[in-house]
Amino acid sequence: MAKHKVTMTINGASVSAEVDSRLLLVHFIRENLDMTGTHIGCDTSSCGACTILIDGKSVKSCTYLAVRADGANITTIEGIAADGTNHPLQKAFHDQHGLHCGFCTPGMIMRSIELLETNPNPTEKEIRWGISGNLCRCTGYNNIVKSVQQAAEEMSKEKEATV
Amino acid sequence: MFSCKTSPEVGGMGHSVKRKEDARFLHGKGNYTDDVKLPGMLHMVMVRSPYAYAKILSIDKEKALAIDGVLAVITGEDLAQYNLHWMPTLLSDSQMVLPTDTVMHQSQEVCAVIATDRYIAVDGAEAVDVQYEPMQAVVNPFKALDEDAPLLRPDKEGQKDNHIYHWERGDKAKTDAAIAAADVVVKERIHLPRIHVASIETCGVVASYDKDTEKMLIYLTSQAPHAIRTILALVAGHVGLSEEKIRIIAPDIGGGFGGKVPVYPGYVVAIAASFLIGKPVKWIEDRSENLVNGFARDYHMDCELAATKDGKIQAFKVSTLADHGYTDSSANPSKYPTGMFSICTGSYDYEHAFAELDAVYTNKAPGGVAYRCSFRVTEAVHAIERMVDKLAAEIGKDPALLRFENFIKKEQFPYASPLGWSYDSGDYKATLEKAMEMVGYDEYKKEQAEKRAQGKLMGIGICTFTEVVGAGPSKDFDILGIAMFDSAEIRVHPTGKALARFGTKSQGQGHETTYAQILAEELGIPYTDIEIDEGDTDTAPYGLGTYASRSTPTAGAAAAIAARKLRDKGKKIAAHLLEVSEDDIEWEVGKYFVKGAPEKSKTIQDVAFAAYTNFPPGMEPGFEATHYYDPPNLTFPNGAYICVVEVDEETGAIDVKRFVAIDDCGNIINPMIVEGQVHGGLTQGIAPAMYEGIVYDDEGNVLNGTLMDYLVPTAVESPHWETGHTITPSPHHPLGAKGVAESPTVGAPPAIANAIIDALYPLGIKHLDIPITPDKVWDAIQKAKAEA
Ligand code: FES
Ligand code: FES
Repeated sequence: MAKHKVTMTINGASVSAEVDSRLLLVHFIRENLDMTGTHIGCDTSSCGACTILIDGKSVKSCTYLAVRADGANITTIEGIAADGTNHPLQKAFHDQHGLHCGFCTPGMIMRSIELLETNPNPTEKEIRWGISGNLCRCTGYNNIVKSVQQAAEEMSKEKEATV
Repeated sequence: MFSCKTSPEVGGMGHSVKRKEDARFLHGKGNYTDDVKLPGMLHMVMVRSPYAYAKILSIDKEKALAIDGVLAVITGEDLAQYNLHWMPTLLSDSQMVLPTDTVMHQSQEVCAVIATDRYIAVDGAEAVDVQYEPMQAVVNPFKALDEDAPLLRPDKEGQKDNHIYHWERGDKAKTDAAIAAADVVVKERIHLPRIHVASIETCGVVASYDKDTEKMLIYLTSQAPHAIRTILALVAGHVGLSEEKIRIIAPDIGGGFGGKVPVYPGYVVAIAASFLIGKPVKWIEDRSENLVNGFARDYHMDCELAATKDGKIQAFKVSTLADHGYTDSSANPSKYPTGMFSICTGSYDYEHAFAELDAVYTNKAPGGVAYRCSFRVTEAVHAIERMVDKLAAEIGKDPALLRFENFIKKEQFPYASPLGWSYDSGDYKATLEKAMEMVGYDEYKKEQAEKRAQGKLMGIGICTFTEVVGAGPSKDFDILGIAMFDSAEIRVHPTGKALARFGTKSQGQGHETTYAQILAEELGIPYTDIEIDEGDTDTAPYGLGTYASRSTPTAGAAAAIAARKLRDKGKKIAAHLLEVSEDDIEWEVGKYFVKGAPEKSKTIQDVAFAAYTNFPPGMEPGFEATHYYDPPNLTFPNGAYICVVEVDEETGAIDVKRFVAIDDCGNIINPMIVEGQVHGGLTQGIAPAMYEGIVYDDEGNVLNGTLMDYLVPTAVESPHWETGHTITPSPHHPLGAKGVAESPTVGAPPAIANAIIDALYPLGIKHLDIPITPDKVWDAIQKAKAEA
């Protein structure tokens, strides 16, 4: 198997490694880097449990080769808030009971970060469509929608405060 | 309504405190089975059968073993040397761990490849060369009993055909007579198709055998780790796996819903591989393996409901054909092969009922686990609730009125049902009234009349269900002989903080919060000061696990009673500290005080400290208690659900406009968590009602074995749920609680089906089986129009 040297930034730290050409990014993150917050729930790019940010865009990392991420800037659930603090979405999911088993949660949050980045004041419908690439089997989504709404409000307030 | 006895800081029952377990999940620090990484760990991948029924002519391992990194290919023949190639199912049938000669369903495990890395294991699995001789599969369960059907299980002694068992309850003669004499009889064959729980985390295991200590450490996606440990010891005892040497840890679980109750062949092979190789072995199912190798439901129910011309129900009869696949691996209590199906008489008061069931073998995957419901309750509720609506339509009576006129009345509890249950409590009338008021039933009836006049299709569907959950009692309920009690062990430390352990296992239900709240309620120790621990068989007390909504009814009760034992001991200590007689001590949440002198008091924390430092002479030191709770009866949660839909006649598209769910689950521990559970259950109710179903072709191939075509609802398909409660406490449960998480999965499908069929009724469509998809509706509309 051909090996390739890749270098990328993950959660602010630079990482270099020799990887097989066929290695999926999700496995690189989970197994080579031991960051297991990014999950795997399917093999058809359907569930979104593996969602991360690549250069600010939400991407299903199970459908992305590690070699393709050479030079990329990657954020995973482990990197969205400093230790001991919460991103507004993490806080909102807790406040609104937006998680049960937690397996879909990192992917939901990573997806929602980009959603709110591109649409800071989404309607309920826009949120539902916006997270429709992420499956949750436990919550029935109502409280996930509420979580995203709460975070949207808090983030716009924060933005206003800093302007 | 329920009023809280404790302050929000203490956080006892009735407080919507935020969940204690959230932080690790939110930060990506959960520890699920696939996150476990042990030094030297190997990876296992299964080779699976492309055929539904075939002889295995040969398995050539050579090319696989030639791959660098492939260490072993394990076949049924290899396991047969240790007599590990078969295992018993929970219902004492037998299931192949790996086959030696025949495969019985598509995707059955054929052999396992063990390698140093996941990718290499997959390469190895591709390289194994298996030669098959395909045979004509038995796919249609109605043909399984035909004279010329092949005998699928000749390995079973005395097995002459594909019939597994016959089961029946009730008085057939009297029921038949009542049906024969009735003014009105409605009939329908109702099929609840195969579906899969599809938890977002699939099943998996990491088995690690240490040859020096002879300990087998197993990380397992298991809802019932203690029972699985015992089963493993029984199955593999002869090769030296003794129960005290087996430690099962069920770490964080990414959803269970019943799918993580069984023992899957992959678990056993990974454990055997680790035992033989002496290294940790990990096996994680991929999604298709998960979807295709297990199932819930698959009951074909012939129903007859008899009534007077005014709609007073007189008798119900249901004859079911159950497709169990190639073995009966239903996860049901031993004496209840059809689970609690005999709850099928529903929420109504009538005398005669008869239920029977025949189960057959086919060339399909085994399973018969739940899909977020107590054992076979969903099938039962669907049957009666569809039939009640059918009766209402037949005699032209409002389905709500028909229900009111037939409900078991509040005063009739405890109610002896015609098929032998003793319903504990309920106020069905109040619950349905509340749902009707919340949805605005009368206005919708008017709107429906107007829409119908304009030729538009609008439907209102009701379901008023009764569930039965919380098994034991142990006199009736066991799994392979192990009584279905559950347990709690509380240790209050000298500083007044506590650790409590349970025989159950949360898969997202929030036990780390709700169990702490029960103890906060009983002891007055703040819930934030109580750690909850479950899932490790080396540390937790023995219990039968979490499924069938049994955690609150059993382990929750055990927690309350263990806490009360502590309180009794604490009373003696308080009397000693306050220098009064025990009879003069009174309890109020969190403290003991002297009768008539409330200023003389000791907090529970003072008493805990004294239990280790200054206890009465002769008293056993320490402040710990354990209780194993064997419930006197099951609990009977119930609810009234109303769904409003519009159907587009041109396309068959169904729009769920409103869905109101009023649940009565008795006293509530945490309203926020209960609401969350109801939301999730409702979405797992609309899923089989409108989207999900495992489809087979005539050869036994599964046609939708991925999440691309097995349609798990997203946020777009999931409606905005409206919820509410009535509260009728369980009279026999120490907390008056009943369990809730499965009620919505049981109650939603008939409400949705009833609404859609109500919408289509003017066209002459009187029944559709779920999942009711737009194309099914469209076909039915075309057919109805052609006939009209
Ligand atoms: S793992 Fe399911 S989409 Fe990536
Ligand atoms: S919380 Fe369990 S899958 Fe979403």
